[in-house]
Order: sequence, then C-alpha cells, then structure tokens
Amino acid sequence: MPRYFTEEHEWIEVDGDAATIGITDYAQEQLGDVVFVEVPQSGTMMTKGKEAAVVESVKAASDVYAPISGEVLEGNAALEDDPALVNTSPEEEGWFFKLTVADAGELDGLMDAAAYKAFCESL
Amino acid sequence: MRYLPLTDTDRAAMLDVIGAPSVDALFADVPSDLYLDGPIEGLPLAAGEMAVEKHMRGLSKQNLAAADAAFFCGAGAYRHHVPATVDHIIQRGEFLTAYTPYQPEIAQGTLQMLFEFQTQVARLYGCEIANASMYDGSTACWEAIVMAARLTKRNRIFITDGVHPHYVSVAQTMAKFTPGDVDYAYPVARAEVGEDAICASIDEETSCVVVQYPDIMGRIPDLQQIADAAHEKGALLIVVNTEPVALGALEAPGNLGADIVVGEGQSIGVGLQFGGPYLGLFAITNRKHVRQMPGRLCGETVDADGKRGFVLTLSTREQHIRREKATSNICTNSGLCALAFSVHMTLLGEKGLTALAAENHRLACQAADRLAQVPGVTVMNDAFFNEFTIMVDTDARQLVRDLAKQDILAGVSLGRLYPDGDGRENGLVIAVTETNTEEDFEILASALQEALS
Amino acid sequence: MNQINQSGWKPGTPVPADRGEEYPTVTGNKALMLEERLIFELGRTDTCGVDLPEPDPAAPNRLGKFARQQATGLPGLSEPETVRHYTRLSRQNYAIDLGLFPLGSCTMKHNPRLNEKVARMPGFADVHPLQPVDTVRGALGVINELAHWLIELTGMHGVAMTPKAGAHGELCGMLCIRAALEARGDARKVVLVPESAHGTNPATAAFAGYEVEDIPAAPDGRVDLAAMKARLGPDVAAVMITNPNTCGLFESEMKAISDAVHAAGGFVYCDGANFNAIMGRVRPGDLGIDAMHINLHKTFSTPHGGGGPGSGPVVLSEALCPYGPLPFTAKMPDGSIQLVEEENAAEHGHTETFGRMAAFHGQMGMFTRALTYILSHGADGLRQASGDAVLNANYLLRSLDDVFDAPFGDSGPCMHEALFSDHGFAEGMSTLDVAKGLIDEGFHPMTMYFPLVVHGAMLVEPTETESKAVLDQFIVAMRSLGERAKAGDEALKTAPHHAPRARLDEAQAARKPVLTYYTEV
Repeated sequence: MPRYFTEEHEWIEVDGDAATIGITDYAQEQLGDVVFVEVPQSGTMMTKGKEAAVVESVKAASDVYAPISGEVLEGNAALEDDPALVNTSPEEEGWFFKLTVADAGELDGLMDAAAYKAFCESL
Repeated sequence: MRYLPLTDTDRAAMLDVIGAPSVDALFADVPSDLYLDGPIEGLPLAAGEMAVEKHMRGLSKQNLAAADAAFFCGAGAYRHHVPATVDHIIQRGEFLTAYTPYQPEIAQGTLQMLFEFQTQVARLYGCEIANASMYDGSTACWEAIVMAARLTKRNRIFITDGVHPHYVSVAQTMAKFTPGDVDYAYPVARAEVGEDAICASIDEETSCVVVQYPDIMGRIPDLQQIADAAHEKGALLIVVNTEPVALGALEAPGNLGADIVVGEGQSIGVGLQFGGPYLGLFAITNRKHVRQMPGRLCGETVDADGKRGFVLTLSTREQHIRREKATSNICTNSGLCALAFSVHMTLLGEKGLTALAAENHRLACQAADRLAQVPGVTVMNDAFFNEFTIMVDTDARQLVRDLAKQDILAGVSLGRLYPDGDGRENGLVIAVTETNTEEDFEILASALQEALS
Repeated sequence: MNQINQSGWKPGTPVPADRGEEYPTVTGNKALMLEERLIFELGRTDTCGVDLPEPDPAAPNRLGKFARQQATGLPGLSEPETVRHYTRLSRQNYAIDLGLFPLGSCTMKHNPRLNEKVARMPGFADVHPLQPVDTVRGALGVINELAHWLIELTGMHGVAMTPKAGAHGELCGMLCIRAALEARGDARKVVLVPESAHGTNPATAAFAGYEVEDIPAAPDGRVDLAAMKARLGPDVAAVMITNPNTCGLFESEMKAISDAVHAAGGFVYCDGANFNAIMGRVRPGDLGIDAMHINLHKTFSTPHGGGGPGSGPVVLSEALCPYGPLPFTAKMPDGSIQLVEEENAAEHGHTETFGRMAAFHGQMGMFTRALTYILSHGADGLRQASGDAVLNANYLLRSLDDVFDAPFGDSGPCMHEALFSDHGFAEGMSTLDVAKGLIDEGFHPMTMYFPLVVHGAMLVEPTETESKAVLDQFIVAMRSLGERAKAGDEALKTAPHHAPRARLDEAQAARKPVLTYYTEV
C-alpha cells in the first residue's frame, strides 16, 4: 500500500478509497513524551489543511492538520488509554485516524518515503 | 535605602566590568527627551520603618475593625476565628517567598501542600477533582460558566436569583465580551427559593444553571431537584458556595447532583482583609472533564529514584503553552491563601469542621430567635445555616449606617447589594459565626428595637 | 573575580564525595532532610487541633432536609502535628529568603517584613468589604494613596485597582480597549502580539474576543517596526507590547510604535511585567501607552506565596479611563483621587464603565503591602531600585557572555534581565541540564525556554535586592555549568543530585493524572 508524507510530519497510508493517518517517527522524536491525543470522532468531515487532531507532550500541544479531505471513519481509541503508543510505535499502532479519500488528486505533491527522508535531513 | 545591598564602591566596580560610565548610561535606549534624570517631583522621598509604620497605622486607625464592633456582616465574606498557627505557617519564608513550583525538585513543599489542598477541597465539595485554586469565588464562578459552555457546546446560561450580585455582575461583564446569553432573575424578598420556577426555565439550549448554596439571603435551595431537571435537558448544574463552613453541616453539592462546584474559600484560614486576596475554589464531579478545567493542577508522580513526588501537570491546558487556545488566560492561583485554607482545614479535620459548623448554626438560630422578638423585625428564612435575612420597616441601608455609629456592624443591607431598589430596600442579611456572643445579639436587638420604634 | 562562598569552598578545593549513599537510613530521612507523609496518611477524622464545643444533638436545627449525611473524610491533626507537618514541607522549598531566585520576568525581589506587619494591622486585616463606607475611610485611603503613586509613576490618567493578577489586569486593559472601540462603533477584530510576548498576551486577546496575529522580531531582538507598520490598518484594534521586552531590551522605538498605532486608529496595550526596570526612569504615559497592568507582586514586592495571590492594577490613558471597571480610581479635575463605585458612578460621570471584574475592591492585602514598600523607597529609592536592578543584570550579562551565547549582547545594554541561549552546548546538553545543575549549586534556576524566539533561552533576572557578593557567587556557578555543558558532562543530565527529589516523571503525571488522594472514606 502506498505511503505518503507531508512537510507537517504526518504519514498517510492509502488502501483503496480509505486512508490511515498518523505522525512520523521524526515528529514524535521532536515532541518528546506524548501524554494525550485527541482524535476526531467518526463521521466528522475533514477539509485538507484544517485542524484534525491534537497531540500533547508534557510541554507542548500541537495541532495535527488533515493532509487530505474526507470523512473520518475511525479514531484510534487505543490512544486514549495509552498515548505513549505514539512514541513507541508512531507509524504502526500509534495511528491517529482513518478517513475516506474524497479526492485522490490531493495526494499529488505529497512526498514518498525517500523524499521525506531527504526532507528531514535538510532540516 | 535598607533594601538595596549595593554600595557605591560595588556600583563603580560593576560599571567597570560592564564598561559603562554610569548607571544612567545603561538606559541609553530610552529616548533622552523622555528620560527622567531625577526623582519624580511632588512625591515623598525614602522613609524609615518607624515613619512608614506610623503613617500606615494612622490609616488603619481610621477603620472600624470587626473585633471592635458587634459584627454581623457576611454576604460572601465571613469573619471566623483563624488559629494562630495558620498565620505562623504562611509567614514562613519558604512558603511566603517561593515562586510557582515550576522546578519541582526544590518545590515539593508547595506541591505536596497543593495536592493535599486539592484533595481537601474535593472532599469538602463531594467532588472527584479540585484544582489548585483560582483568584476568588466570583472569577471561579465565571470560569465554571465558560467551562460548561465548552462541555455542552451551548451558550445560554441561567444564573438563578440567589447568586451573589457581585458574582452576577462579573458574569454579566464577561458575557458582554463572549457569545451567548445570560439569564438572571432578581431576588424577591421571600422565604422560598422557587425551585419549580428554576426547573421550568431550563430548556434544550441551556448550557448550565448556576445556583448558590446557601444563597445570598441565606436560603438553602434543593440542589437535587434542580440537578435532575438540568440533567434531563442536557444542561450542567454549577453550584456556588460562599461559606465553606456550611458544608460541615450541609450535604456536599457534589453529592446532590452538581457537575461543577465553585466557591469562595476565604472563611477557612483567610481573614476578611477588606475583600482580598481571597481564594477561589473549583471542583468537578466527573473526572473525564478534567482537560476542560481551568487553572493549575498538581499531580502525583515519581522521581528518577522512584520516590513519590508531585508536579504541576496537564499544563498544556494553560496559557503559557496553548497561548490563544488556552482554557483560560489565568496564570496564577491563590497559593498562599490555599496554604492558609489547607492549614486551617488540617487543624479542623472532619471532627472540627462539624463542630465549627454546629456552633455557627446554634448561634445563628439563637440570634434569629432573639431578633424575631424585636417589634418591626421579620425573619424571612425557614431554613438557613449561619446567615439569614430580616425585613425591617425602614430603609435598611440607612439603618446599617446609623448603627455603625454605635460600633454595631449590623449586617449587609440588600440595598447595598442591589442599589436599584425594587422592594428590597428593607432587607438586611445577617451573618453569625462562632466569633459572636450572646452579648452581641442583645446589643443588636436593643439597638434595632430603639431604631425601629 | 572575587569568589565568595560562605562555607569557604572555592574552585579547586577538593570536594568530599557524597557519603549519603554509603550510609542509608531506615527512615529515608537524612538528618535535616526529612521525608513527610501526606495529611491523609498522618491524620484522623476524629482528631482536631482547634478547641470547639461538642455539638449538642438536642440543639435546634433549621437546616431543613439538607443536613449532611455523607462524611467528608477530612483528616485532622493536633496543633503540634500540624505545625510540624507544614514546617517539614516548608523545608523542601527554595525561596527568596534562602537565596538568589533569578527567574526572568518574575522579579523575585526581597519581600520586606514591614509589609507583612502592616497588612496585619486590624484596620486592614479585620475589616469587611461591605462595611458602611464611613467605617473604612482608612482602607479607601490606602487604595487612593497607592493609586496616586501608580498614576504618578506611570504618567497615566487613572487606574483600575480590582484586577486580581497580571493576566486579569491584561484582560481588564483589553476590555477597556474593546469598550472604547465599541463606543465609537468600530468593530475591529485583530490584535497584534510580538512573537516574544508572554503566553498570557495572546490568551488574553483571544479571551477578550480578538483574533491574534504575531508580529516578528527584528534581528536585534526588538519589535520589527516596519513589519508592524505594514500590518496596521482599520481592522487592528490594538497592539500588545511588552516594554522592556522579554529579550531584556528596551523598545527604543516605542514612541514611534504608539504613534503609528494611534494614527491607524488602534490602541497600545503594554504588558507591565517588566516595569521594575524603568520605574522612576521613564513614564509609560510619555511613550504613548494607553493601558498597562502593574504586577504588584513583582515590581512592588508583595510576596509570590508559592503561586499567588497576585495583584494587577491597570493604569489607563485619558482615552480609556471612561471605560474602566468598577470600583475605579480616577484623578478629579481638582487633582484629588476619587474612588468610584456603582453608587457614585453617575455622580463622577463614570457611566460608560465596562462593568465589574471581581467581587469587592480588589487585593486589599496586596495594596497595603505595596504602598508600604513604595513609601519605604520614596521617589528617590524607587529610581535607585530600577537603576540597581539594571546594573545587576548588565553585570551578569557581561560576566557571562564569554561562556554563554548572548544572542542580543550587541543590541545595547540590557534592562533588568539578561538573556542567553544554548548555542555552543555539546550535543545532547540542554538548557534544562544547566538549570538542574544550578539547583545542585544552591540557586534557583533562571527562566528556561522563554522567550520562545531564542533557542534554549535562559532569562536571568537578579533584581536590585541582591548584593555583589551573591552575584559573584552565582557567576562562578554559572561559568562552571556553562563549561560543563560545552564539554558534555554527563553528570549534568541527571542533576539535581542533592535536592529533596531527583527529576520527576512529568510524562507519567500527565498520562495517568493522579490529582486527588484516594482512600475509602
């Protein structure tokens, strides 16, 4: 399944017309110990670029923006009890939410793994 | 100047290190035409301890202290005996001159005290979680209203008629700058609270109902009835308490259906001080709401060696991290007043609080019975704790002023609280605490009898 | 450099190893370092430290059906146990009374004990806020006299005394601005805030109903005047500026900023947190400020008390005075200062007030302390205090800027605080490590990671009440820590080693919050 990355350090894995979204290993490293994640409720309509979730570490709170538009299918309930999953498994178990891909065209211009790696190294 | 340790020799040596010719030169970035090159004219110059103390004592003497009067004022601020231990502890420099505990390794004293304070408040209020305090009762009340709006995503708030008028003014002021409506009904001089009318006013748009317990006239509303009605419509019940000693005798609001309980903590440990600093208390019954709570919170954790310790926590709710997205712009609590409250509450414990409340109630009953014997006086309340309202057949505001000339501070007139009248001019709110004596009651009763005859 | 240390230790003297680990105790106590349990573990609900009459079950009861059924479970202690509990806790706190407390922007100066004595005089401590006015003339006199000083020191027109703390004062000032704009039918929506501002500024502007936009800082650490001018327009309600700013610099273009904002129809709010640097040296009113809060607990020495109570009166320009909250203190045409309350607001033409911010008259207990402090200093002493505060900060800046990076060291003298960054530290070493190292050296750390515009910021504010000897000792400690941070000394990563607690697990505290002590009640 293709996986895309954004300059806001989110990853998007597309499976047909659904996508799973989380934050990257680089992002969790920058945040430090994640203590709380607020994920969107299913049924919420997301617009690309708008605030979709909140992730908090001890000292910082960051908004996570919707990388593409779509309807939320599911928020990751496991994060409520165990926000540390974002640190231990950011790109697998620590996913944030799944949503429908409203416009596959919005995926154009996102980075692949190699491009994202180069992007992080340039920071 | 006794507070400034530098000597001229020091200053010269330091300027040498800095490479500046004078202290004035350090202010080079201030436009020279606006720089003051000497003390502001017309203001007094430095004074020694004796002179300053004498001046301040002169101002102090122009006031009638409660201890020098037959004293019955309440209405949101109460005179209780504060044990000498309380003032001793809060004057320890390690508490008095510490900052907010942002470096927990060297602030465990303040932090453990706050954790204890939070638990004491939660238990007093019958709640799950209390914060580390707010400015005062009136601002805590407004913060509760805003929190309820965040939780319910509704904007219509309903403040009932027994809530302290200053608290209502604060809410009305703040609401002017916030979306949503504030409903408020003026109190009418009657014995009953009118729970049925309150319940009937709650609808699907209502975010919260704010009820004071006991209320500004000393009446005791049926919280459970209002809570049930509010919850049925999806609204929250905010209970305001301005006299925490009452909760030694009355059921805790959290046990009667309140969702948020706020109040003024001044009665326990903090003196009258002409209105401040006081102590805002804030607690919730549903721990799931904690991330929407305003104010500082202290939590338990462990240190790197595994020892129990305490830290300020969930600070991502607060202004220094969330900036414009914070739950509130508040960035302080009322730490030293919280300490005073906590020390006093520790001295009391459940046994002492119960005994203190019983003594307040006993004396208040005695006072009400005595005043009811005065011709022209009607006691309005059926139920009350340590404060009740009487009606007299004259303007109570003027009556209070007249009695003050005989060193009797007879209470707070409803006319003072509600300057626009509406039939409340003859009401007088009388508070009685353990500091009152039977002699006080005789003095007040005779003076009233004379004034009203 | 004169290396002073009361114990006689000086750099190079061998330090004996900490023998604590070798000789553990069964109690966990270490002589004067005493562990203390919670009152819920020490106390009992049937113990009481106050003598009260036993309740009489036969006494009349007018509580109706609301008498308490459920026990509170509040533990009690006898008086000696209480004194000991809190005394033991107190000894786990750092405090100004113990040593230097150089928290930038917090102005941790000496708290004179005369202030405490005066605040406890019965005429101030034992009066009710709703006593008849004729019985509290002296209390109102204190408010008026303090108001007079604040107005004169700032060159402003009136002062709202009731705000309970700095952030509350900010809100008061912003609500005055909003009321003034609304009075002229001007619905401006945007407030500009420099990115170096205190977090309260954007929080306050948002709370007052405004959209917040950042303005960048220029490379010298001051507000980018050109960028700000470019953003000004008919939608900008106000600019919130901190002066001296949080980089420790005086905004030398302040007058030009104010003039530009006024020309665009907006107002200038000044965060007065740093007023200690300029009192008696320049008056904010002369710089075109419209509203500024004054933290009595910073500039005027009222105690911080482990986190409050504060007090934040707001001085206002003539344009904003009509909108100030009640009770309000204003200069009358004859020069006298008058307290305006609800009942005499009309009489004094104060009918456009935006309302009330808190019950009663404000933080009276802080007013008596602040006035006592001000009278002790006098106009000359206050001017000397700001001079010494700035001198002390510059002395630290120039004594440390060869070890620590001072990002704005070339931007002229600093005001009352010196700013450093973590530039030049070894990989993996942070500002936090230096701060925790300072704890071991017996100092309270400086403000860390603020302002946000400087990486790993360390903001050091010594205040005027520190002697040169103390500053020299601090310099020795800081230089040593700076060298260790540059060298990558791993021991710093686990500091403090000598405090009552090692570093605390803040992640655990936030992930599974335990905010209340639980027992079966």
